[in-house]
Amino acid sequence: MTVEYTSWLWLIPFFPLLGTLVNGIVGSKLPRQVVSLIACGSIFLSFLVSVFYATIKLPRVEGGEVLINVVYTWLSSGNLVARAAFQFDRLSMVMSLVVTGVGFLIHVYSIGYMGHDPGYARYFTYLNLFAGAMLILVLGANLPVMFIGWEGVGLCSYLLIGFWFEDNEKASAGKKAFIVNRIGDFGFLIGIFSLFFFLGKVDFVGMQHAIERGGKDVLTGGWFSLGALGTPMVVTVICLCLFLGATGKSAQLPLYVWLPDAMAGPTPVSALIHAATMVTAGVYMVARLNFLFALSSTACLVVATVGGLTAIYSATIALTQNDIKKVLAYSTVSQLGYMFVGVGVMAYSAGIFHLMTHAFFKALLFLGSGSVIHAMGGEQDMRKMGGLKKHMPITYWTFLIATIAISGIFPFSGFFSKDEILWKAWANGYQFIWAICWVGAGITAFYMFRLVFMTFYGECRADEETKHHLHESPASMTIPLVILAILSVVGGWVGVPAILGGSNRIERYIEPVFEAAAPVLAGLPEHSHGEEWLFVLLSLGIAGAGIYLSWYMYRARTELPGKMAEAVPPLYKLSLNKYYVDEIYDAAVVKPILNTSDYFLWRFFDTWIVDGLVNGMANLFKNVLGEGLRRLQSGVVNSYAVYFLLGALLVLGYMLWWS
Amino acid sequence: MAEAVVFYVFGAIAVIGSALMITRRNPVSSAWSLVIVMVCLAALFVALSATFVAAMQIIVYAGAVMVLFLFVVMLLNLSEEELGKPKVTGIKILGIIVSVGFLVELIAMSLRAPAETGGLVEGFGQIIPIARLLFTTYLLPFEITSVILLAAIVGAVVLAQRKREKK
Amino acid sequence: MITLNHYLVLSGILFTVGAVGVVARRNTIVIFMSIELMLNAANLAMVAASRALGDMGGHVFVLMVMAVAAAEAGVGLAIILMIYRIRGTVNADDMNLLKW
Repeated sequence: MTVEYTSWLWLIPFFPLLGTLVNGIVGSKLPRQVVSLIACGSIFLSFLVSVFYATIKLPRVEGGEVLINVVYTWLSSGNLVARAAFQFDRLSMVMSLVVTGVGFLIHVYSIGYMGHDPGYARYFTYLNLFAGAMLILVLGANLPVMFIGWEGVGLCSYLLIGFWFEDNEKASAGKKAFIVNRIGDFGFLIGIFSLFFFLGKVDFVGMQHAIERGGKDVLTGGWFSLGALGTPMVVTVICLCLFLGATGKSAQLPLYVWLPDAMAGPTPVSALIHAATMVTAGVYMVARLNFLFALSSTACLVVATVGGLTAIYSATIALTQNDIKKVLAYSTVSQLGYMFVGVGVMAYSAGIFHLMTHAFFKALLFLGSGSVIHAMGGEQDMRKMGGLKKHMPITYWTFLIATIAISGIFPFSGFFSKDEILWKAWANGYQFIWAICWVGAGITAFYMFRLVFMTFYGECRADEETKHHLHESPASMTIPLVILAILSVVGGWVGVPAILGGSNRIERYIEPVFEAAAPVLAGLPEHSHGEEWLFVLLSLGIAGAGIYLSWYMYRARTELPGKMAEAVPPLYKLSLNKYYVDEIYDAAVVKPILNTSDYFLWRFFDTWIVDGLVNGMANLFKNVLGEGLRRLQSGVVNSYAVYFLLGALLVLGYMLWWS
Repeated sequence: MAEAVVFYVFGAIAVIGSALMITRRNPVSSAWSLVIVMVCLAALFVALSATFVAAMQIIVYAGAVMVLFLFVVMLLNLSEEELGKPKVTGIKILGIIVSVGFLVELIAMSLRAPAETGGLVEGFGQIIPIARLLFTTYLLPFEITSVILLAAIVGAVVLAQRKREKK
Repeated sequence: MITLNHYLVLSGILFTVGAVGVVARRNTIVIFMSIELMLNAANLAMVAASRALGDMGGHVFVLMVMAVAAAEAGVGLAIILMIYRIRGTVNADDMNLLKW
């Protein structure tokens, strides 16, 4: 791994942060065009710098490896050295291009969507801040810098979800996101501390070197014994702690509960943060630390299993949701599960590939739904929509393209990435996970087309007034839709696998970053091309089945869904109410904590013990010592004489008997 | 033998006199009791071969200081109600306890002193050795004492005079 | 045999009685007299020790004490007279301006 130093990487996160500063301080006094120019312009500049680095600088590095830009030495304390440094290799290249590119499109979209909102400048301030923090996250050269970005995006998530904070529910959704994230961050921090403890390094290049030079033995040694469960390896525990952070940030089981609630924020926010970029931070983190995960097959299994279970679990919830954004939210959770399956089965490039294509079509889906909501005057319930394709053709066509992509139909982008993950899951030995992902793919196709049919086809079920206002969205909103649609189609063509005649460019491109996994993968049995074709057909087959079933239930015989729901009310209710997980968490976790805080910590501990100590000290000095001692001054001479005598008595006693 | 008799007799009278002094309500009685104590002490001084000091005790203490006390007491001429009723307060109890403890300690200290008495020089306790010491070794304290007495005289005169009418 | 210890014990007793007098009496003049008693007890101790050590310095010191005691008595009684003139009382309990 060759490391070269460069000087201008810091510009990539710098531009959006500069935009934040300007918009934040004077934005409310500037005209809207200037605000949007600053915001979109800064992200576009970041995009240009990323492109510059990607195309010109990176290929020039010998071996095309890593570029590092050290800004200054941030922490230097004993053995701990953490520099404010950015790293640009092929993985961060993909990530930063996605973040800045899709981010730019969403910024442009927001100009139209938030055009009438009074908090216009504040919105763009937060959005730029988010972009800056996300770029710090993906470009960070060491874990502490990455953690800064991690926390920064969490903060922006809170700020943007609760953007319309006058509504208590929306503000609470923001709080929920932040607090659930925090639980994950705890795991992340434990992971960082443990890594430093065992390896002595926190930067990625340094950690890889340390592992090569003997850190591997330290990491694969046992840590603490869990009795009957055996003694886990150090690296297993560390990876699981880090993965806990990833589940929080990327909304996997069990910390996904904040993502559906996060739909309370403006739709472009949902598109950017909760579809394309922030939630992918966990996947990026696992990919970045692949050299750690490769050492522990247990951790990889856990990652893949959690990803797979989440994928099918949230797909089943999405089946019955009536709010258009909620369907997309659960779909996001599900697709993130696929990404984690990808990095869990050590098909890291497949996972990142899916991350990229998912950014395209999921952002498109969200923006399209935003367009629909905008046209419907704020209505989000699909039962009140229908027949919109005549009124909003651009939205309809782009949305359809995205839906086909997410369902995994050839030759759209989703097919290539999702199929790659499924194939690798089977090929690398995780057959059970393949099975649940395969079923999940079918369910995905089903509910996505359900959404399309309910929203765009059939009779319009909206009331008269809304029908009058149905219109296509302005150009600032439709142009990004079109661009994203094009990307959703062609974005997959960088990863055409060998069996279909392609050279799978993206896999070969990013592969060098994941060289740590190569030895493990080399030991797996070979698979024939015929097998691979079989699985391609299986994937297409179940997707097609899902689409057909969806058409059958929502176009041909539209009374079926209602009848099916009535036939099995418990199942339907479980899915509709998201398996009551929020209620369970509330009763099992939130209420006990609240009660403990209220009754024990506040009323007892704080009031009695802490205040008691403070008041008691004051009381001691005032009443006991002050009031008590002043009574010595009685003014009567005789008492003073007694005190003399007492003193003399004590001194004499000391001299007589003690010394 | 004779010393023992003198010691015990005059010692007992001194203690009784002191006890009387602190318990009499009438200050005149207290003053007289104190005079008795001083005379007994003078006797004890004689027994200790401090003849000059004994003489001084009688002349200065019993004869001048106590007379001064008596003058003041009679000058004030306190009536019955002015003398007040005896009260038992906590501080008095504490004081008595502390004093008793002090007594115990003093006795403990006293018993530790070496008991042997050395031989005496010629003319011990007479005026010549005292004078010799007073005007040579202890000249400075002697002079300062005279200054103290001067200050006392001036102070007493200034304090006790009546206010002059402003002319 | 009357030793130094006997005289010291007697001195201690007289001193304690004087101390009790200072503590227990309210009449300022009597308090003053108790103080004189304490001084006398000290004198006794000093003379006895001087006899035991054969050093005449003790007698000289006793003379000093007597002189100082006389001076102190003079000034102190003058002060008491002034207090009686101003306040009308010599009761120590009534002289409590220094009370908290």
